Amino acid sequence: MHKITRTDAASSVVGLSDVHKSFGALKVLNGVSFEVNRGEVLVLIGRSGSGKSTALRCIDRFETIDSGEIVVCGHRVSDPKLDLRALRQDVGIVFQSYNLFPHLTIEENITLAPCSVKGISKAQAKEQARRVLAQVGLEDKLHQYPEQLSGGQQQRAAIARSLAMQPKVMLFDEVTSALDPELTGEVLKVIEALAADGMTMVMVTHEMGFAKGIANRVVFMHHGKVHETGPAAILTSPATPELAQFVGAGL
Amino acid sequence: MNLNLDFAAILERWPAFLDGAVLTLQLAFIATVLGTVIGVLGAIGRRSSHPVVARICGIYVEAIRNTPLLVQIFLVYFGLASLGLKFSAFTVAAAALTINVGAYTTEIIRAGFDAIPRGQIEAAEGLALSRAQIYWHVVMLPAIEKVYPSLTSQFVLLMLASSVTSQISAEELTAVANYIQSDTYRAFETYILVAIVYIILSLVMRAGFWLLGLVIFPRRRRLGTPL
Ligand SMILES: Nc1ncnc2c1ncn2[C@@H]1O[C@H](COP(=O)(O)OP(=O)(O)O)[C@@H](O)[C@H]1O
Ligand SMILES: [Mg+2]
Repeated sequence: MHKITRTDAASSVVGLSDVHKSFGALKVLNGVSFEVNRGEVLVLIGRSGSGKSTALRCIDRFETIDSGEIVVCGHRVSDPKLDLRALRQDVGIVFQSYNLFPHLTIEENITLAPCSVKGISKAQAKEQARRVLAQVGLEDKLHQYPEQLSGGQQQRAAIARSLAMQPKVMLFDEVTSALDPELTGEVLKVIEALAADGMTMVMVTHEMGFAKGIANRVVFMHHGKVHETGPAAILTSPATPELAQFVGAGL
Repeated sequence: MNLNLDFAAILERWPAFLDGAVLTLQLAFIATVLGTVIGVLGAIGRRSSHPVVARICGIYVEAIRNTPLLVQIFLVYFGLASLGLKFSAFTVAAAALTINVGAYTTEIIRAGFDAIPRGQIEAAEGLALSRAQIYWHVVMLPAIEKVYPSLTSQFVLLMLASSVTSQISAEELTAVANYIQSDTYRAFETYILVAIVYIILSLVMRAGFWLLGLVIFPRRRRLGTPL
């Protein structure tokens, strides 16, 4: 697997700087900064409750931040006048619970947004649905309903649905946490292939072995802060005792 | 005691009963279609983040659910008359029944909307769908599928309740029965027959809703599983 590492500002796809976020009295993000360049994979790790999902959700403005700045594909996410739907056309997000639309076939799930948001023709959208489904190895499931698919297949279909919008960056929040090891493997393979294709990604995962293989950059969150960050190598030789303990517990 | 039933005189009047039954079905059809539209809009209104909109929809629902249908019918009837507006009894009846059932369907459809998991809506938002597109493509059909039995029962109940509109001389089934029994002096027989016709109308409506369900819920038709 090749890894691209560029740092010029022009190639920055996602940038957080000094982001603060509280839920009521609970401080969840306490000055978080990191940057993801085009073609990079950033892996967010940390204990449950350390603010990983919140950080990810702020990138797609599912949460609004209290202070700091987030810039995604040129959109100033923290700007109240943000064009939310333009941002979300550039960002694909996949959740732990796949959230396929149960009343629609896999094909309809995939073609819905391209047709109604981008206004492309039905025929074109169907053609594209076939292409993204082939990408995740589900070309034979086009006319099935979500409930007819296994968990791993549903998650791959959800990834395909996001890809059909041709996002510039993909966000994954513990997308394999609800799956057993065998199904986890098939989803991770799809993500690996995406990374090899040069997709920019931010992903939260507890799969440490996978993180080591795929991450250009690892961000370890602890108490709402970036406690330690660096290349994938920090997972094998952590600098802080907290990360050492975390990866020790995770292996 | 001597129970002496004679249906001959009233069965002779079958064309009048048929006309009444057709009118009852027409009233039910209009109120079902418009009541569904009101129900969807009312449910969206009740869930609106705009407090005034949510409040107005709430007041509508409570006002209707806490007053008798007959009083609502008279309010529409005399209300329009006092504004100098003249409508047929049929139009007034259809309007009053629509307003009535709209309040009940608002509550039923709202329960359906509330049953859609938050994650579904977030997934749709993440795909850049607009609010209207999310309601239309993601929320509406599963919500209605979830409450379809209570929704359709409500419309059957409404068809039965439409007999009250005989009070403003809408020529529906019960009004027909009222004048036939006073013509023939065969009141018991008349209402036995009318009851049977109402049962048939109910069965017809239920069959219609079942067929409609097959058309609008293709997933259910194919898989047979509840949502
Ligand atoms: N919408 C919310 N309202 C209140 N508290 C929240 C909300 N979302 C998350 N939290 C809290 O914020 C903290 C961080 O959550 P999260 O970002 O989900 O952590 P992680 O993904 O690292 O497990 C947790 O204590 C969680 O309970
Ligand atoms: Mg989380």
